[in-house]
Amino acid sequence: MKVLVAVKRVIDYNVKVRVKPDNTGVDLSNVKMAMNPFCEIAVEEAVRLKEKGVATEIVAVTIGPKVSQEQLRTALALGADRAIQVETDEDVQSLDAAKMLKAVVDKEEPNLVIMGKQSIDTDNNQTGQMLAQLAGMPQGTFASEVEVEGEKVKVTREIDGGLMTVSLKLPAVVTTDLRLNEPRYASLPNIMKAKKKPLETVSPADLGIDVTPRLKTLKVEEPQPRQPGIKVESVEELVDKLKNEAKVI
Amino acid sequence: MSTLVIADHNKGELTGSTLSVIAAAKAIGGDIDVLVAGKDIGGVAEQAAKADGVNKVLTADNDAYGHDLAENLSLLIAEVGKGYSHLLASAGTVGKDTMPRVAAMLDVAQVSDIIGVQSEDTFVRPIYAGNAIATVQSSDSVKVITVRTTSFDPVAAEGGSASVESVDSAHDAGLSEFVSEELAESDRPDLAAADVVISGGRGMQNGENFKMLESVADVLGAAIGASRAAVDAGFVPNDMQVGQTGKIVAPNLYIAVGISGAIQHLAGMGDSKVIVAINKDEDAPIFQVADYGLVADLFEAVPQLEEELKKVV
Repeated sequence: MKVLVAVKRVIDYNVKVRVKPDNTGVDLSNVKMAMNPFCEIAVEEAVRLKEKGVATEIVAVTIGPKVSQEQLRTALALGADRAIQVETDEDVQSLDAAKMLKAVVDKEEPNLVIMGKQSIDTDNNQTGQMLAQLAGMPQGTFASEVEVEGEKVKVTREIDGGLMTVSLKLPAVVTTDLRLNEPRYASLPNIMKAKKKPLETVSPADLGIDVTPRLKTLKVEEPQPRQPGIKVESVEELVDKLKNEAKVI
Repeated sequence: MSTLVIADHNKGELTGSTLSVIAAAKAIGGDIDVLVAGKDIGGVAEQAAKADGVNKVLTADNDAYGHDLAENLSLLIAEVGKGYSHLLASAGTVGKDTMPRVAAMLDVAQVSDIIGVQSEDTFVRPIYAGNAIATVQSSDSVKVITVRTTSFDPVAAEGGSASVESVDSAHDAGLSEFVSEELAESDRPDLAAADVVISGGRGMQNGENFKMLESVADVLGAAIGASRAAVDAGFVPNDMQVGQTGKIVAPNLYIAVGISGAIQHLAGMGDSKVIVAINKDEDAPIFQVADYGLVADLFEAVPQLEEELKKVV
């Protein structure tokens, strides 16, 4: 079966986020960028399915500016067979991203789409579900276990209060949660090999998608800082403060 | 202008998060109706009808909605939601799972995880793990929204007298089936709604040591949480995770034990009223957000804390 994995280029999760002084957004100039951590888990899951003999081909796809090819090369180094970049410099919001991925799904006809549950920049948690709806597929969101069984996939999902297992008809969309797997690092020989793997570039127009942002960001601000606290010397003092000063116990 | 609120419920009870979503709907303005979908939900509908500010409760009682499968629920919400200007759900796992499908069906954007309402089309939401706060305006005719419930004080659970109408609608998309569920059985309060939360991090060293936190939680009637580091290390299950990718909590008292305070964790508890940090590393970033910091070995401090609390609680 064919697996499509969607990946996104985002700010590296170790980088301290700075809001631009003019409050128009977050400063991303000269900042280290990387593959979204949940997308790494998605790539890893696809590679494991291939290693188990379940998947036969892995296609990685991303949407973004030319430099986001770096993240596709990472996916290729980790084990994807080929890659597709939807190249655009525009602000692609979740619904448009889902429409572009739907166009790629129509062309590639994967049996399974795996993607991250959310990206750590916009924190939306939308695109996988939107793609599933547009493509008429079921969805296994926040997955901690994925098991392909013939024409179905069994997905264990992280839900409020515990775990829930669902059985989905293929083709389906799975979005990854943290504990699905632990992604590997790309080895140097694989990074070299990845440079020769096929990478195709298309434009949103090629896919018949007109990018139309529906949400306008009016401003972006720093969060309100907390008032600085104090250090206490002992557990007795702590409990005294909680009872008599903060009055929370 | 009118809002349809999608109710959250658990074991036949309306959850407190729904009362916070109704509060967000009130801030938007206009009539508020509540949709209760599930199996055997009569009691939930009665509770929703008593909530302050609700105009009408719609019930969809059907096997197809019994396990909150997004493929079925989204069809129902899109159908019942016709004519409303706003569709609101909590940003719990059901809302996160279902509402983007609804938005895609209606060809509109979704505004996720709002923490503030500025006007009927302008909302405030955290991005980058809460390290930036964005104000966004939607140009869509229907606004599909999920609400961070800790940011809205719940409306009163009693006092309302809304009418209850049943919706004769059974959507089974035939795409997905429920197999099984493993829910943590606990007498403790729900993590996302608890007044007091005590959380452990990597400093706990193993899952067994979380029993120390349980003893303190027993004294305080607290829920128990964990940092992502503790979950990743396999000490405790993921449903205990507090942070950007786990639960968002805002209790009156949050006690962080052996947690360094990575930004991903702070994103999940930074709105707590009072934060206590116990950590042996005095340079740990958690102390920058703590109201009361105690630099100490947690294996000595936590049992002492239990003893001291027993004296005063």
